Amino acid sequence: MQISVTINGKQETGEVEPRTLLVEFIRYQLGLTGTHVGCDTSQCGACTIHMNGRSVKACTMLAVQADGQNVATIEGVAEPDGTLHPMQEAFRDNHGLQCGFCTPGMIMSALAMVDRHNGEALDEQTIREELEGNLCRCTGYHGIVKAIAAGSKAMQGGA
Amino acid sequence: MYAFEYRKAASTEDAESGFTAADDASFLAGGMTILPTLKQRLAQPSDLIDLSGIESLSGISVEGGTVTIGAMTCHADVAASADVQSAIPALAALANLIGDPQVRNRGTIGGSIANNDPAADYPGAVVGLNATVHTTKREIAADDFFIGLFETALDEGELITKVVFPVPEKAAYRKFPNPASRYAIVGAFVAKTSDGIRVAITGAGPTVFRVTEMEADLSESFSADAIKDIAIPQDDLNSDLHASAEYRAHLIGVMASRAVGDCS
Ligand SMILES: Cc1cc2nc3c(=O)[nH]c(=O)nc-3n(C[C@H](O)[C@H](O)[C@H](O)COP(=O)(O)OP(=O)(O)OC[C@H]3O[C@@H](n4cnc5c(N)ncnc54)[C@H](O)[C@@H]3O)c2cc1C
Ligand code: FES
Ligand code: FES
Repeated sequence: MQISVTINGKQETGEVEPRTLLVEFIRYQLGLTGTHVGCDTSQCGACTIHMNGRSVKACTMLAVQADGQNVATIEGVAEPDGTLHPMQEAFRDNHGLQCGFCTPGMIMSALAMVDRHNGEALDEQTIREELEGNLCRCTGYHGIVKAIAAGSKAMQGGA
Repeated sequence: MYAFEYRKAASTEDAESGFTAADDASFLAGGMTILPTLKQRLAQPSDLIDLSGIESLSGISVEGGTVTIGAMTCHADVAASADVQSAIPALAALANLIGDPQVRNRGTIGGSIANNDPAADYPGAVVGLNATVHTTKREIAADDFFIGLFETALDEGELITKVVFPVPEKAAYRKFPNPASRYAIVGAFVAKTSDGIRVAITGAGPTVFRVTEMEADLSESFSADAIKDIAIPQDDLNSDLHASAEYRAHLIGVMASRAVGDCS
């Protein structure tokens, strides 16, 4: 089947089978390998992307379900010149990652979280509750929670 | 995943005729249950009929003492709805306890109740509030809808269009979640309605059930104390690696008491 998806602002078309997962389309057909597959069983959130502005697990969607929709992946978060987004910067500053495998999903979840709270700075409890869908095997989460709090604060004023 | 044909239905009629025309079709709602099932090759439908393009199946409306939720409305929208929060706060709170944000952004009320996972949350609210499930063919009362483990009153190819919840005087939902998946190990939905008190338990048995003994005692005196001595028989309760039947029986009392406390 032919699908056409807007990914990070760019129109992409491709030929997929009905059973092709969205994450497979993104990684293997478009070569956007920042979106990771950790569990492939809908648990870990490493594959988190945004569809029409909402966080979703790309391993638990068919590529055909994204036909005609607007998708954002981690590759679209930094500025085109490589300048990091304040949320990415906050992960670097707050020891929000070790191996980095979960990080793209964490950042996409964090950005969706800020969005759900109308751009407000997030407190620790909110972050811990709403990070339910993302697992990290390395950090023990403290750094990630601090990073998201700092990132959400740095985003104040429309960065 | 085994191969299948995919088609996006434009209307409920289109979805039903597509279902009938196919060898062995399944509807696709949020995909949060059916896609993991297909990935594990536990099912092999010939066709998936995507309901996401049918606009009439999504949305929330409050009128005449009822809250109506379209089958394709995702959990996040129910949780965030100011209308649901003010009419039936317990229902919005329940939706917000399902899984995680990414699951709530995709999973739908229609998919959840059609699937009837014994540990799902919505069956608690549907039975606890005495809701009515509307399909393309008929209206099914909550007490008649959930039949058994992953089994409902739906006929083959019957499509849920919406669920209509009467607004209660007071209601509350308490669940003891599995710490990993957030599915209910035991969830208790307690409602004070114009037709009396209802206590619905999910997670504990093969399907949601009411505890009529608690309902009777709570009608006499609506307090956690009134039900503290009710012993729940363990015979028909689930026992698995997460919790034994004995533990679940105990949790039913604890969760129901807390829900009663929240209602007072
Ligand atoms: C990681 C994870 C955690 C979860 N945690 C919880 C939890 O804590 N509590 C909880 O309650 N649930 C939980 N869920 C389940 C989730 O909330 C969804 O409600 C559930 O997966 C089904 O909804 P869906 O829209 O995704 O349905 P789908 O997976 O698309 O469909 C499920 C079944 O319902 C049928 N169906 C769908 N819509 C209709 C309709 N309108 N009419 C007739 N049949 C229909 C489909 O054919 C299919 O057989 C979790 C899921 C995941 C992946
Ligand atoms: S890879 Fe999608 S949730 Fe783990
Ligand atoms: S940093 Fe290694 S999994 Fe999170």
